[in-house]
This record gives sequence, C-alpha cells and structure tokens, in this order.
Amino acid sequence: MTNTDQPVVRMSSITKRFLDVTANKDISFDLYEGEICALLGENGAGKTTLMNILFGYYSSDAGQIFIKGERADLSSPRDAISRGVGMIHQHFALVPSQTVLENIIVGTDTGKGIFLDLKSARRALTEIQDRFGLQVDPEARVWTLSVGEQQKVEILKALYREVDILIMDEPTAVLGPAETVDLFKTLRSLVKQGRSVVFISHKLNEVMEISDRIVVLRGGQVVAERKSADITTRELANLMVGRELLESIEKKELPPGRPVLKIKNLNALNDKRLPALRNLDLVVRENEIVGMAGISGNGQRELSEVLFGMRPPVDGFIEISGKPIKLGIPAAAIKSNMGRIPEDRMDTGLLMDLSVEENLILENHFSAEFQSYGLMKSKRIHRFSDDLIARYGIKSAGRDAVTKSLSGGNLQKLMLARELAGQPVLIIASQPTRGLDVGAMEYIHQRILQERERGAGILLISEDLDEIFTLSDRIVVIFEGEIMGEAPAAAASREQIGLWMSGVNA
Amino acid sequence: MIRFRIIKREPLPGWAKIVIPIAAIIVTLILSAIPILLAGGHLWKSYFYLFHGALGTRYNLLETFVKASPLLLTGLAVAFAFRAKFWNIGAEGQLLAGALTATALGVHLGSVPPVLVLPTVIIAGFLAGGIWASIPALLKTKLKVDDVVSTLLLNYVMIHIMGALLFGPLQQPGSSWPRSPAIIEAACYPILLTKSRFHMGILISFLAVIVIWLINTKTTFGYRSKAVGVNIRAAHFGGINTTAVILWTALISGGLAGLAGVGELCALQYRLIMDISPGYGYSGIVIAMLGNLHPVGVLFSSLFFSVIIVGGQTMSRMTGVPTYIAEVIQGMALMVMLVFLLFTEYKIRAVRK
Repeated sequence: MTNTDQPVVRMSSITKRFLDVTANKDISFDLYEGEICALLGENGAGKTTLMNILFGYYSSDAGQIFIKGERADLSSPRDAISRGVGMIHQHFALVPSQTVLENIIVGTDTGKGIFLDLKSARRALTEIQDRFGLQVDPEARVWTLSVGEQQKVEILKALYREVDILIMDEPTAVLGPAETVDLFKTLRSLVKQGRSVVFISHKLNEVMEISDRIVVLRGGQVVAERKSADITTRELANLMVGRELLESIEKKELPPGRPVLKIKNLNALNDKRLPALRNLDLVVRENEIVGMAGISGNGQRELSEVLFGMRPPVDGFIEISGKPIKLGIPAAAIKSNMGRIPEDRMDTGLLMDLSVEENLILENHFSAEFQSYGLMKSKRIHRFSDDLIARYGIKSAGRDAVTKSLSGGNLQKLMLARELAGQPVLIIASQPTRGLDVGAMEYIHQRILQERERGAGILLISEDLDEIFTLSDRIVVIFEGEIMGEAPAAAASREQIGLWMSGVNA
Repeated sequence: MIRFRIIKREPLPGWAKIVIPIAAIIVTLILSAIPILLAGGHLWKSYFYLFHGALGTRYNLLETFVKASPLLLTGLAVAFAFRAKFWNIGAEGQLLAGALTATALGVHLGSVPPVLVLPTVIIAGFLAGGIWASIPALLKTKLKVDDVVSTLLLNYVMIHIMGALLFGPLQQPGSSWPRSPAIIEAACYPILLTKSRFHMGILISFLAVIVIWLINTKTTFGYRSKAVGVNIRAAHFGGINTTAVILWTALISGGLAGLAGVGELCALQYRLIMDISPGYGYSGIVIAMLGNLHPVGVLFSSLFFSVIIVGGQTMSRMTGVPTYIAEVIQGMALMVMLVFLLFTEYKIRAVRK
C-alpha cells in the first residue's frame, strides 16, 4: 500500500436532495491512492447516490469535490472519466451483438479521421489485459460471455480510458462464488499497481475480505469509518442497521403434511432452445420448506418460470394440492393458489411505472370482490391496499405512490404482500432476498417461516447457501437440470451440498 | 467560457401537467410570428384574423367544432392504442374503412325502417374501423409482426380498396368520377343547430372523450390495457390475457377512427370521394402526442388544431398569408410540445469551463 497524506479523491460536505428525500446529508469522503475502500450501507443509505455524484451523473446541491488535489466541477460522466474516475454500475452498458474490442473502444478516439484503427487499439488492450490479468477474448461477441466476463469487459473499458479511480456498484450481486474470487483477484492487482477502488456493497463478509478501509453510511450520513482490520463483522452489521440483529432464526418443529406440489418428469428448454430441465421430479409438502441449492444457470430460472406459468415445458406433469394444473398459463398458476416470488421482481414481478395499489390488485382485480360488470370498486380496493401496506410495513408515499420510487426492500415487501394476501397453499420463492439489505432480508425470512407455520409448502430457490441452511427443512441440489441429491437440512453438511452443486455424486 | 449541458431533473409536481401544454401553445404562437412575417403578413392582423376566423362569429365557432370532431376521434383512437403500446399509425385507413362501410350501407339501406338506418351505419362503421385495426393486432400478437409498419402499410391497402370500389361497384351510375351515389336521407347525421353544420357526430366525439376517460380510469379493462402498456411481461405474469387486451384495444381504437369516417361521410360529404380525409388519421397521431395521450388533453389539442385550421383560412383570405402557414403552425406546436415534454425530465445547466 502506498497511502500518502494527500487523498486522490476528497468529497467534502456533499448534500443531495431528491424532492423531499435527502439522499446524502453533509457527507465527507476521502479515497487514498492504492486502497480499496468499501462503502457499506443498507439499500437506500445513499451509497450509490454519493458515487453517482463523484461520477458526474448527478450534481450535488452542496459541497465540493477535489480530484488529485484539484477542484472538480463535474457535469457529466465524460468529465469524470477525463479526470480518471470510472464507475461500473450493476447493470452493464454493453452492446451484446458487438465484440469485446468494439465495446471497449466505443466513444473513444481510436484511429485516424473517419477510419478505425482496430489493430493499435487491440495492441493497447492486450497490454492492459496482460498487465492486470484480465483475460477475455477481444474478438468474442459480448452476448456469448458469462456475467463475470462481461464485468471484466466493463473494467477493461474503464482501464482503456486510463481510469485510475474505479467505483464498483455492488459488483458481486450478479456473480457466483467462483467469479467473486476472480473479481477480488483483479481488484487486488489493480490497487497493487497504484489504482484506487471504491467498493459499494451491503455484504459484510465480502467487505471484510476485500477492503482496506470501510465507510458505513446510514440514512444518508456517514456513521463510521474504520480500518477493516480493526472491526468485526458483528460490529459492522450493527453500525449498518443501527440496531442489534437477531443472531439466529427461531424455527418450530413441524412434521410435514400432505404433498402440495408434485412435479413429475419435467423437461423444459432455456431461451437458447437447449435442454434446461431433464426429467425433474420433486415433492413439497405442507409445513415444509424445501431449499433448492445450485450454482446459477443449472435450471433454477427455468423451473421457477415453468411453475409460474411463464414457460411452457416440453414434457411433464405438475400437481398442486392433488390437482393437475394447466402448464404455460400464468392465470392457471394463480388460480391454483400459488404464491409466486420471481427472481427479477422489477421486470417480471412488478409494474414499476404503476402505483403501489395497482400492483397489489394485479392478480385479483377481476374478482367479484373488486369489480362488478367490469367497473372497479375503488373503495374496497383502497381499503384492501391500505390494509396490506400497513400490515407489511411497505414504506412509500401511500397507495398512489409510483412503484419505482420504492427501495429494494420495500419492493420485495410489496411483492410478498400481493403474493401472500390470498393465503397460498404453495409458495415458490426464487432468490427472495437477492440484493436486499440485512434488515429486509431478516423480515423476508421471518415471513417465510410464518407461512410455513400457517401450513404452506414452500420451495425456496436460492444461490445463498446461508439462506438455504437457515430456512430449509429439506435441501435438494439442482445440477444441469436434474436433482443431484437430497438431504434433510439437519443432517446435511455444507461439504456434501457443495459437491452435489458441482456435479460430483459422492 | 460557459457551456451548456443537459442533465436529468427531479420529477415535476402535478400542476406541471396543466401548465406545460398551455405554455407550449403560447410559445408556439410566439414562434409562429417568424413564418407569418417571412410570408409578408402583418403580425397583429394575422393573429387577429386567425382567432376571429375560428372563434369570432357564431358560424365560425361552430365550424371549429365541425373541424375538431374527426380530429378528436382519430386523436382518441391513437391515444387509446398508444397507452397500451399498440403503435397504431393506421387511423387513416381505419377512418376510410368506416367511411366506406357507411357509404355501402347508406346507399343501400333504403328498405330498412328509417329509425334503424343511422344506428346500423354507426355501429357498422365502428366495427369496420375496429376490424381493420385488429388485423395488425393479430399479426403482432400471433406472429410478432411490427405494428408500426403493418398499421401504416394497411393505410395504403385501404386507399386502394376504396379506389377500386369507387371505380367499380360503388361508383355513381353515369359518373366518370370516382365518387359514390349520395347516401339516403335516413343515413345522414341530423344537424343540431340551425344555420350551421353543427351535427350529431360532434356530440358523438365529445361522448367518446367521456367514454374513453371512464374506460381508462374506472374499468378493469382500462387497468389491464395500462398494465400491458407499462410492462407486458409483468402483466402476463399477473395473469392478464395480453393477447385479448391488445386485440380489444385495437378494436376500440380502430372503431373510434372508423366513427370519424362515418361522421365525415354522413354529416358533411353525403357521398364517398377519394379525398374524404385530408389526413385526419395522421393528424390524430400529432394530436394524441400533443394531448399527452390523455382523453381530456386530446380534446384540447384537437380544438387547438381546428382553431388553427379554420382560423388559418380566414387569416389567409384577409391578409394574403398562404393557408399552409396553418400547417406550419401545427407542426411547430408538436415540436414545441415535444421539447417541453423533454424538459419535464431534463434541464439545462450552464457550466463554466
């Protein structure tokens, strides 16, 4: 580490308001050369807003920014990049049909006049790749790359623009465990060569592992700044949420009842028309949480989509509460009294441009309770949605607030409120806490356990092994579209599950 | 040196929805001074005759409503379709389908009791427009054919069908012009106010504003079509039959355009001619955008358009400014409105370099 007294970035007294919400309140933040500094905080704590200001994407209402000692008035990301600040958002800005090299040079002055000079661009790129150990084929089309490789392309894009201050917004949210290890290796090699990194995250373990220094934000303010070596995970968690977290979750002993979900011989294709599920069999019973573990891309998405009615299977049979259901029709899944929590709540689960109320009534707006002869009974609808908003503690400006104004945790509460309102016999929860902060995650876990006690059968599809082990009664592992192994949660060892996940049948 | 940058702004409060269109119209009128002066017109005189010609006398005022009626119906047709993201660029063809059907029935329904003739003509005209619009909707939902292209191209198909019929079975016997015989009296819209052309179709178009507003805000169908427009995948996930929603939306949208055709035929022309519509279907797109896809917004934007069209004729007669200045003003209104809508989401900031 080559920390000097002069920070490469100094943000002083930054304040940013959005209408009546203060996202950043008088925040001061320094970044030093050659360090990885983590910005830790719950969703909505103001981490991303602060970094978007440093990246010139937002302008602050008050405060000053100094980059390498110079006052910087940033009015666009282009300004920021020209001063060496780059940011990689959670959603990549890549053109899928173009090659890696084409994506990297876009928007730069590569070549002479109107002619591209791909050869020298490629030479420059290879040099950067060798220097930082970022191996991606420059000629590969981006759509053929895995998410981890696409992230490397984004990093290369920044390095190609001679960025030496790199901001990464929740970079591990989209990565599997192996890809995360790879990313951390890259980040370490970056700082070793004098670059500086801001690592935005709400995952405590990762922050402890990768960062040199940690700045904790809560409610738009800095609540703590520590060296990673001087603090424990527990202390960090308390700083982040501002209260003591439950150490572990209490779970009642309940014998499983009758089967609520029976899947027999299910075969389905993925979006590329390749087999994603192969002769899959599965049973979920009342009062039972079945945790489905597996590395992402082994058919979990396709399985949940088939169950939701979003993906017609090639072959197979599904029974809910003893009755076969029509496949490939979402309305049939809803009618079978299934609670459905999809993994992509913003694209599939919720209508982000409609109001909270309009989302709550989506699946039963045509019921006799809420309409007669096609006219909506607005009073009853208002009562229904006000009740759910209160019961689930959905924080919003009321039932008419536009859904996209809600934070991630509240979006998931809204999702749960709608899906659990009808007391479903079966709940399919796909990655229910992905991207959520600790507080929201804990709430969702409690709700799932309550549903189990009520008598629902729950299929929990998750890539978070901690979650699987905390909640499940039984664990199944999916690998290449088949159930690789199955064990009662109490008797399962992480080692065994890990072996099954990687396709080893031991 | 000072440079300007466009940056995102925070969402505007509710009153902006009313203030922005009004401001856009004022700015349009100010900018319209440029073409009027370039055409050698006297500025104040031109503005005076523009408004006097549209609103100054009883007859002119009622003419403004006559002109607004088809614009309002095609505007509503487009707005209703766009709300569900069914990109209906084909209101022109649907209007012609309505006019064509009204002609065929209006000429041949002589043996039907007179009371039943007009309702039959209106319903058939609505259905004709609706069915014409549901062809691209079917292609979109079943075969994923792009609706912008198919609705647009079907306009030309309908123009040629109309031409073939007007030179064939629908041609007035003994005439060498492409025009139909006159429709029977029972098929004509009643004139509601004496010494004017203020006809029943105008009331139908105002009624349509209320009906569309009610559908949008009070019915489950309006809710569903909005959901489909916002995010078709999430609507499908929520159990909505998205194919049915798009088909019904197309039927209603095309039906409204069809009614515009019925009105032009049964209230003004009484016989079908090739240029029954001076592009009302295309103006409907502009009017729908200008009205921000809201039925009340469409009502005001169609009235604004018709003031410019009707008043523009008087202005031209009295000051010698060419009539196409009125079209320039219409085009300008849309540009100004689009720029204003852009600034509801973005703002310009001066940056010192």
